[in-house]
Amino acid sequence: MDWLTFLNVLDSAVRLSTPLLLACLAGLFTERAGVVDIGLEGKMIAGAFAAGAVAVFTGSAWIALLAAIGASVFFGLVHAFACVTQRGNQIVAGVAINFIALGLAAVLGQSWFGQGGKTPAPPNSGRFTAIELPYAAEAAQMGPIGRFYADVVSGHNLLVYFAFLAPFLSWWLLSRTRFGLRLRAVGENPAAVDTAGVSVTRLRYSGQIICGALCGVAGAYLAIGLNAGYLNNMTAGRGYIALAALIFAKWRPVPALFVCLLFGFLDASANRLQGVSLPSVGVVPVQFIQALPYILTVILLAGFIGKAIPPKAGGVPYVKER
Amino acid sequence: MNLENGARPAAIELIGVSKSFGPVKANSDIHLRVDKGTIHGIVGENGAGKSTLMSILYGFYQADSGEIRINGRPVEIRDSQEAIRLGIGMVHQHFMLVENFTVLENVLLGAEGGALLGKGKAEARAKLAALAREHGLEVDPDALISDLPVGAQQRVEILKALTRGAEILILDEPTGVLTPDEADQLFEVLKQLRAEGKTVLIITHKLREIMAITDSVSVMRQGKMVGTLRTAETSPDQLAEMMVGRRVLLKVEKGPANPGLPALTVENLTLRDGAGVERLKNVSLTLRRGEIVGIAGVAGNGQSELLEAIAGLRKPSSGRILLDGAPIPHDPRALRELRLAHIPEDRHKMGLVLKFETRENSILGYHLDHRYGGALLNNSAIEAECQSQMEAYDVRPPNSRLKTANFSGGNQQKIVLAREFERGPHVLLIGQPTRGVDIGAIEFIHRRIIEMRDAGKAILLVSVELDEIRALSDRVLVMFDGRIVGERPPETDERELGLLMAGVTGAGAGPGAGTSERGAA
Repeated sequence: MDWLTFLNVLDSAVRLSTPLLLACLAGLFTERAGVVDIGLEGKMIAGAFAAGAVAVFTGSAWIALLAAIGASVFFGLVHAFACVTQRGNQIVAGVAINFIALGLAAVLGQSWFGQGGKTPAPPNSGRFTAIELPYAAEAAQMGPIGRFYADVVSGHNLLVYFAFLAPFLSWWLLSRTRFGLRLRAVGENPAAVDTAGVSVTRLRYSGQIICGALCGVAGAYLAIGLNAGYLNNMTAGRGYIALAALIFAKWRPVPALFVCLLFGFLDASANRLQGVSLPSVGVVPVQFIQALPYILTVILLAGFIGKAIPPKAGGVPYVKER
Repeated sequence: MNLENGARPAAIELIGVSKSFGPVKANSDIHLRVDKGTIHGIVGENGAGKSTLMSILYGFYQADSGEIRINGRPVEIRDSQEAIRLGIGMVHQHFMLVENFTVLENVLLGAEGGALLGKGKAEARAKLAALAREHGLEVDPDALISDLPVGAQQRVEILKALTRGAEILILDEPTGVLTPDEADQLFEVLKQLRAEGKTVLIITHKLREIMAITDSVSVMRQGKMVGTLRTAETSPDQLAEMMVGRRVLLKVEKGPANPGLPALTVENLTLRDGAGVERLKNVSLTLRRGEIVGIAGVAGNGQSELLEAIAGLRKPSSGRILLDGAPIPHDPRALRELRLAHIPEDRHKMGLVLKFETRENSILGYHLDHRYGGALLNNSAIEAECQSQMEAYDVRPPNSRLKTANFSGGNQQKIVLAREFERGPHVLLIGQPTRGVDIGAIEFIHRRIIEMRDAGKAILLVSVELDEIRALSDRVLVMFDGRIVGERPPETDERELGLLMAGVTGAGAGPGAGTSERGAA
């Protein structure tokens, strides 16, 4: 692989890791608040479909983004209502959301657009298009580093830049603010938060709202950033890989960035290596590379790469003790 | 300590406070007056309504009716935030701390002093330093809670209350997890707080502590306030009688032991847990027929692991366990057949299946016995046996079809006891026999244990209640950090045992300084 090909793979890794990263951070906010969310996938679907549909109707990428966030936050609130207010089983609620979102998108898509569940391609104004960073063209002429700037750093849409800024914002929010302290505490020991006179319910709802918003952005990125329009089940299991990444990152935002980049890179290489015969290895099955994130996560969980300790109160509804 | 000073308003005054949970009256028409600058004790059995009452004071629950006055002013405490504003701080029985947070972060939580943490952190740090100076409440603000010993964690809880400006401090069973030495330190702190005019409310079931530290004491029974007395004018016996509603024998009647042949021998037992930490270090002991050997120690020093290793639940890394001279199989069921019975420390997790009916629980572990029909259970035989056990052990209500979860702690424990005692064991492993059990049932359980001893059973008793160990045991072994650090007769001064429990082994008090020990170190 020469430098240019490598940059090419890296560029595509950045694009592919963006939705993962957003979904991973989404999971981080809700799980650190003590609500396990297996419904990231469904929320992303809801966001992607809403973005695709609204982009077609309005022709505005920004309104489409808002719609995506709205749809996804709605499902977040449903999850919070089921898990926090009604103290339901968090896994069951998450799985239900995945089914509902996927089915609803297909039904609504078919009845509105009649294209078998996908949305028509929105006009260009309804998409987030690539942004050329300053001096990218000049830098491309200036050796390998310049090329890196021009090919990998520059030329993405706004949502990508937001996604790569988000881990740092999240870190700051979690470690430096009152909200972050309380959110982390509620995922570890909600009783401590409750006795400090702070509402456990409100914090857990907040976690789900942030989670929904980030999933909405991730969905919008898929439908009107990376692609043009919503395709049936276009998230393709990214919600689950994001959960794997979350475990891998040990529920910390900045490591999440690197893990998602790694997973994105594996994904990009899988595309690139399709049918390519490597010296002394032969043809690597694409499925193997696609499975690598899961394999790595299993190895991690088995305790080979340090210890991943989930938030202690995760998955357990909070009930005031008598 | 102006108990009859009518001029000054009481720090806390409850007037006719009632609270029900569905059909259960947790508190009914409670009147309580606590004077400022005093230490006031509240005693009562489990379920007497002490904790509910304190939760009402702390805004965790709202009373259905009645009035609360703080410093003479009627108040409504809608949530804990409100309670904190009124100067009420609470130290819960199970600490309300976030374990992977630092001390400082825990102190900050809920009182951050702004949306950003920077400024509040600096202020809290200064406050902690000041409190450390004034009260000797020394804690490293940057230490993780999970790295601190229990005593220090409790200090953090007190600091949390004090940094929020608490004038009234409520402590719920504060000494349950402390060594006697740590408890003494706590009492010193409380006395100092009293000297500064703060008011302390302490909930406990340990009458000795009430006598030692309080100025006045209120007794609750079945959701009602039975009475308030000056501590100086009462006695443990009187308090116990008020708590239970009848005369109770606090002292266990027991004659001298007649130790016979060794029944159980543990030799150089070492045990590592899943994480590779040594939980038992070269433990040796001998248990004879007809004696009770008590294992004293602060929770978490290897007692549980010792019990579980002998019961066949954990595999030791090295060393031997001999039952009547033969190595034991690592199979709890086979051990039961060898007549070794185990009453686990945690009846909810290990002793019972709470959702089962009592008759089902009454045969757990013995369910393969042919008496019960083998593969197809003979329910009428099981029921008849369970029914007679329940009557013999005074389990109330004596209904073998009732789900075990619906019994009180004491009655649940009696169900476990009956199951294990009534099948003719030779060796009995008993863990925390009276944890969460009311005084009346404690009396009964203690009597049964002594009866078993007098019938020639070999009994190994583990309890974190030092009083219980001293009352029942014929010999006391003290465990610390996975080792047996000494053997003492049960009459030994509590302070001396307390020091051993804290790992302080003075000269001449070396390990295995007993009669029949091989030496544990």
